[in-house]
Amino acid sequence: MSNVSLRLAWRNLWRHKRRTWLTVGAMIFSNSLLVFSISLQFGSYEMMIDNTLQAFSGHIQLQHEQYLDDPKMRHNLPNIVTTAKRLRNELKLENIGARAAGFALASSRDRSYGIQILGVEPLYESRISSIPGLIKEGQFLQQDSYDEIVIGSILARNLKITIGDELTFIGSGLDNSFAAGVVRVVGIFESGIADLDRSMAEVSLAYFDDSFAMRGKGHSIAIRANNIEAVTNLQIRIEALVDNQNHLAVRHWEELQPGLKQAIQADMTSAWFMYIVLIILVAFSVLNTQLMSVLERTREFGTMMALGLKPSNLSRLVVVETSLMAGLGLLLGIAVGFVITWYLSIVGFYYPGMEEMAVKFNLPDRMYPEVSLISLTLGPGIVAFGSLVASIYPATRLYRLLPIEAMRAV
Amino acid sequence: MSSIRCIQLCKTFRQGDEIITGLDNVDIVIDEGEFVCLSGPSGSGKTTLLNAIGGLDTPDSGEIHMDGIRVDQLAKGPLADMRLHNIGFVFQAYNLIPVLTAQENVEFVMQVQGVAAAERAQKARDILKEVGLIGMEDRKPAQLSGGQQQRVAVARAIVSQPKLVLADEPTANLDTVASSKLMNLFSQLNQNYNITFIIATHDKRVMSYAKRLIKMQDGKIISDEMQTPVSGDEG
Ligand SMILES: Nc1ncnc2c1ncn2[C@@H]1O[C@H](COP(=O)(O)OP(=O)(O)OP(=O)(O)O)[C@@H](O)[C@H]1O
Ligand SMILES: [Mg+2]
Repeated sequence: MSNVSLRLAWRNLWRHKRRTWLTVGAMIFSNSLLVFSISLQFGSYEMMIDNTLQAFSGHIQLQHEQYLDDPKMRHNLPNIVTTAKRLRNELKLENIGARAAGFALASSRDRSYGIQILGVEPLYESRISSIPGLIKEGQFLQQDSYDEIVIGSILARNLKITIGDELTFIGSGLDNSFAAGVVRVVGIFESGIADLDRSMAEVSLAYFDDSFAMRGKGHSIAIRANNIEAVTNLQIRIEALVDNQNHLAVRHWEELQPGLKQAIQADMTSAWFMYIVLIILVAFSVLNTQLMSVLERTREFGTMMALGLKPSNLSRLVVVETSLMAGLGLLLGIAVGFVITWYLSIVGFYYPGMEEMAVKFNLPDRMYPEVSLISLTLGPGIVAFGSLVASIYPATRLYRLLPIEAMRAV
Repeated sequence: MSSIRCIQLCKTFRQGDEIITGLDNVDIVIDEGEFVCLSGPSGSGKTTLLNAIGGLDTPDSGEIHMDGIRVDQLAKGPLADMRLHNIGFVFQAYNLIPVLTAQENVEFVMQVQGVAAAERAQKARDILKEVGLIGMEDRKPAQLSGGQQQRVAVARAIVSQPKLVLADEPTANLDTVASSKLMNLFSQLNQNYNITFIIATHDKRVMSYAKRLIKMQDGKIISDEMQTPVSGDEG
């Protein structure tokens, strides 16, 4: 299409200024809405993933192959501390720590609750989990902590104990022996994740080993990758390193936190349902506009055909007109969407209905959309494509025109 | 191209229960380089005949040959190509494209023909000068009088020197001076480039330019005579 046709298409667009602006306006509205929503989705998913995984599970865990489905004491890995050390050396990554876990009945002077006790390497745990950083009273375990414990804030409240108080626990050791101990509360954490705050406690791995008769065995080695994109690669490297160990499984966070993945997928599905409705509405408004514009120009199209233009020339004109309209909606929509989203990505944004998810996945009550090339172009790109698809029908109507009849039309 | 032969052309229109005769057994042969006027009362079938020859409308029966090609049997695509490259139309109602300027209207067909931008701009300017529209190049049809629009329509039809020009009342809205200028231009093009002209008109002065005058009535040809055209300088 050279300049005359482009000019012709552009001028045709503005024959009905208000109608064109209404259609372009619908595109701008939906495009900026899409930019905002998709940016917000990306932002919140990343936050959900980060916050959830950092809280506790890490990005990758080495476990006994049966531990994921059946987290029993006996599904353990031998020499957990040396294995963790070897991984740190080989991967040149410090965010790796060994853990062991057991269940116990925790009692204060007048109450008892079932809890999960986790043995951790204090030095490395803070590199994997956000819990050490979420101590609101006291402090986290030290490298040489022995009969000391850190507990969740709800558990502390339930047991009515605080820093310096003693807590007694009774469970069963790996050898089915009686595992019991008296520990002193040195820290109380508040993760915001109710499950953790209510029923988790952490002691040093050395103390856990003694109390639960582990003899160097443990249940997991938790690993935090430097960023979420690096996880899959890291998993492959780890699998290569531990290739020869029996009954060992390297678990990706998607396996460790299936609920997280599902929640994201469910949210995406419902969001895309809304987007598709929006895109279809825009496409129909384009269809309507272009159909009207084709019908009212019947006489003109008849003339052009009489002059020797083919229906394909005419339908190309209609498609160029639609492209110009879609391009306008695309650029302005991205611009408006970018400005709004960029602003909100700095000041934050609250949206009702997120509370439930926020509680479940430890999100802050303010959301920060994340502007990226994809979030800017994905939605508007599909809207533009949908608009072009919608112009097919009006364009094909031109193939039915007979010049002489069309020229007689008013 | 543009030796035209029509054999037993018939065309009827239906309007409600009424059947209207457009063309009734029309036979004519028009050779290349002829300058023909079609005259006849309103409704006699002049436009219908021009449309049939130009391939805009198909006759109910009969044949139209143009240099041995059956125009009435051509498929839409080749028919469009034939119009684009070989035929210039001047419509009774001008039918300019309202959003394009006079210059752009004239360039439009050339563009579809694939003429280079600089060349078509130059040609369009030249032809607009010829039809007396200097200074009006950038006006849109709505900013032009009926006569001026008609001249743009003529310019559009003749700018790429088609082999055949079909003009339907090209002077209907022109004053005497403008219409004789236009007819002189047509005569020149006819002589210099051997372009065939078929002009439907009611205008006696226009008819006087023709080398051949065909009269129609009720869809039939009632007379077909050669004549000596007036000299180009008269007006
Ligand atoms: N589409 C149509 N439907 C019905 N009747 C038509 C149609 N087109 C032409 N006619 C009729 O066919 C006859 C011939 O029409 P045509 O337009 O060829 O006449 P004309 O000689 O060009 O007249 P004018 O000088 O008024 O332009 C007329 O009676 C006209 O009413
Ligand atoms: Mg007529």
